[in-house]
Amino acid sequence: MPLVLCRVDDRLIHGQVVIGWGRPLAARRVLLVDDEVAANPWEQELYRMAVPDGVEIAFISGREAVRHLAEWQADPVRSILLTGSIETLTALYDADPSAVHRINLGGVHHRPGRTERLPYIYLTPDEYRALAELEAHGADVTAQDVPSASPVGLRELA
Amino acid sequence: MSEELRGVVVCHGTVAEALVHATEHISGLSGHLVPVSNTGCDRESLEARIEEAVGGQPAVVFVDMASGSCLIATLRRLRERPDVAVVTGVNLAMLVDFVFHLSLTPAAAADHAAASGGKAIRQP
Repeated sequence: MPLVLCRVDDRLIHGQVVIGWGRPLAARRVLLVDDEVAANPWEQELYRMAVPDGVEIAFISGREAVRHLAEWQADPVRSILLTGSIETLTALYDADPSAVHRINLGGVHHRPGRTERLPYIYLTPDEYRALAELEAHGADVTAQDVPSASPVGLRELA
Repeated sequence: MSEELRGVVVCHGTVAEALVHATEHISGLSGHLVPVSNTGCDRESLEARIEEAVGGQPAVVFVDMASGSCLIATLRRLRERPDVAVVTGVNLAMLVDFVFHLSLTPAAAADHAAASGGKAIRQP
């Protein structure tokens, strides 16, 4: 299972991801799918600093990531797939449901139009519906900021 | 006379608030440090909190870790501010040093505070 975590977290790479999840999952690569960062070498350097020694990092646009999902899934390198938006994650799931089957909501914070579902999860009605559609198609969507917390099912976020 | 420096402390959880409180208690000087927490923030909102805390005056921003969301937000928003210096690995000794050197330039105050903070790390 090379994609050991598929996570939505609008802070992108930070301690919860690379330490909280990366260590127990023995992840050796972070695949950061974000159009803005993929186009900005200066920001990529910032994110490189946040990754522990021995962990590889790749910066990929959403469009490019769609083409690599099967390859990552077949690759023996244990990888965390990380994106900052539900929209991007939805596009990745639609492209390859078998690769992006289990979806972890790790940090979706407050913005206008969103309401609190958990202290670290805020969703608009449309975002909730989009996630519910993924579940209806077979995805397993849970909210869980760190491994030591209990996962919260999508229905409990309604 | 040049404008006094402001210190902004950016940390995970409640660490910044505790550090600022302890610094004020030790030094007897208050009002020079502004705590910022990353709790509940996405990238944009954390950047906005930091920018608001710094305001328009010269400042040194002290960040808890040498990587991660607090540093990334600080550098993304303030990298083009020549009147702002950034120090990572903030500790109490660093902040106590800083509040007694508010008339220095941001770069000089950052160097001075970082040296004091480094000296405080020992294995007695």
